[in-house]
Amino acid sequence: MLLKVNNISVVYSDVIQILKGVSLNVEKGKIVSLLGSNGSGKTSTLKAISGLLKPENGKVTDGEIIFQERGIHNQSPEAITRMGIIQVLEGRQPFKYLTIEENLRVGTAARRDRSCRQDLEMVYHYFPALVARRRSKAGYCSGGELQMLVIGRALMAKPELLLLDEPSLGLAPLIVKEIFGIIKKINEEQGATIVLVEQNANMALQIAHYGYVMENGKIVMEGQAEELVENPDIKEFYLGVGAAGGARAYRDVKSYRRRKRWF
Amino acid sequence: MDFFVQLLVNGLSVGFLYGISAMGFVMIFKSSSVLNFAHGELLAIGAYIFLVLATEAHLPIYGAFILTMLACFSLGFIVEKLFLRPLIGEPLIFVIMLTVGLAAMFKGLILLIWGGNLHTFPDFLPEWLTLTWGGATVQPVYTLALVAGVTFLALFGLFFKFSSQGIYMRSVADNQRAALSLGVNVKNVFALSWAIAALVAGLSGIILGIINGVNVHDLSAIGLKVFPVVILGGLDSIGGAIVGGLIIGLLETLTGGYISPSLRDVVPYIVLVVILMLKPYGLFGQVEIERV
Repeated sequence: MLLKVNNISVVYSDVIQILKGVSLNVEKGKIVSLLGSNGSGKTSTLKAISGLLKPENGKVTDGEIIFQERGIHNQSPEAITRMGIIQVLEGRQPFKYLTIEENLRVGTAARRDRSCRQDLEMVYHYFPALVARRRSKAGYCSGGELQMLVIGRALMAKPELLLLDEPSLGLAPLIVKEIFGIIKKINEEQGATIVLVEQNANMALQIAHYGYVMENGKIVMEGQAEELVENPDIKEFYLGVGAAGGARAYRDVKSYRRRKRWF
Repeated sequence: MDFFVQLLVNGLSVGFLYGISAMGFVMIFKSSSVLNFAHGELLAIGAYIFLVLATEAHLPIYGAFILTMLACFSLGFIVEKLFLRPLIGEPLIFVIMLTVGLAAMFKGLILLIWGGNLHTFPDFLPEWLTLTWGGATVQPVYTLALVAGVTFLALFGLFFKFSSQGIYMRSVADNQRAALSLGVNVKNVFALSWAIAALVAGLSGIILGIINGVNVHDLSAIGLKVFPVVILGGLDSIGGAIVGGLIIGLLETLTGGYISPSLRDVVPYIVLVVILMLKPYGLFGQVEIERV
């Protein structure tokens, strides 16, 4: 097991509890998807792993996170990135005033060897759209290009574990499809282990091997991706397909049913 | 005509001095978006350290110079570690207010140790640094300012454009959270930018001290002169600092020469306002990229 998250609680500013005992396992070479609605704690889970809780005044108060047999909870992001965990932040955070290529070079910060020529080639191979824009400032690129850029930038770090936070956010369906295709390819060809946080459950379960569903700071369901896709509750609440098969109007979804089912 | 040429040369020389004084200021702003109100005091400290090493410790000039640079570099490092590091992640206005406090503290310390009198360096610049061109002459110290300015401009340009550390510094200025997520050591970046800024400030403090003598009030006042210079050139452009310095220097000497010496401190600000109305980010400042 590459990463074991063991019953962690996360508290912000010493009072606001966001995660209430989350456990998950990530096997090497697999894509694990973390689904859930807004505010269910997906992003906090990623930040707990990558250490980025700290600058936001958050803390893992209980439980442990074990990466390659070492406890990494509450360590600084500098230390954790150097162990090989890189998080791609939600909402594409490029360095606007740096060119595409300079953005990619920052990705090598966590590495000891700084020779980046080969890795640049690798990133351009997966994201050919970036080649034409390599000398232009990231601030002037489109949303799709930026999403490719930030994933490519994380790849430059040669991560053992890649944490992707909502790569589909605000992108056209065709671009989403393209990006998910590339994520899949990176997983297959580079053997990269990926934790994928998504609202777009349909896309996420298509490429993931295993999935967890979060609600209110807890994991409420988990299983192989193929099984989750077939699960009637997942179908109804996340995939927008009624139990009978046909698409259902939003007003017909009986929200009290899920409460009964999951709490 | 000779008068004009001499004014021109004087203006450019003074301008170069303003330019290199401003460089350190831009350095800090570029990496951490902090306006350093203690910049003038950093200049003064550099000048005083050199004064002690050169006159009281009787070190050879070059040795004293190198030691001063080292001392300034470490001073910047220490100041960042002691005072600014605890404020990483706090709102910028706190950090800026802290630099106001630092300014008062440094000034008080200097007054305590050296008093408010005017000190002078021994005359050490060789004569061959004097440039004559037509009817105009350039004093050796201004030649020194020119050489130092051009050298540092080139060094910084290369550093920020090509070196990894330079690119990391720009990335931190651009988006601190993203830089953190990629494992850029943000603390090191801040420490380094303060160290470099203090080094450049020390250098310009020495040059200013050669011209006007060393006095804490005069030197820290130059720190305020830096504001129109950097605002004119664009707060985050090192080349802009030099150009801004040249423009302010020229305006000052030309106004002083042709209109009235009492207006020389006013006209630059008038021009500053006009330029900012036309170019709100300064002449070379980064225009904010906004996505709608």
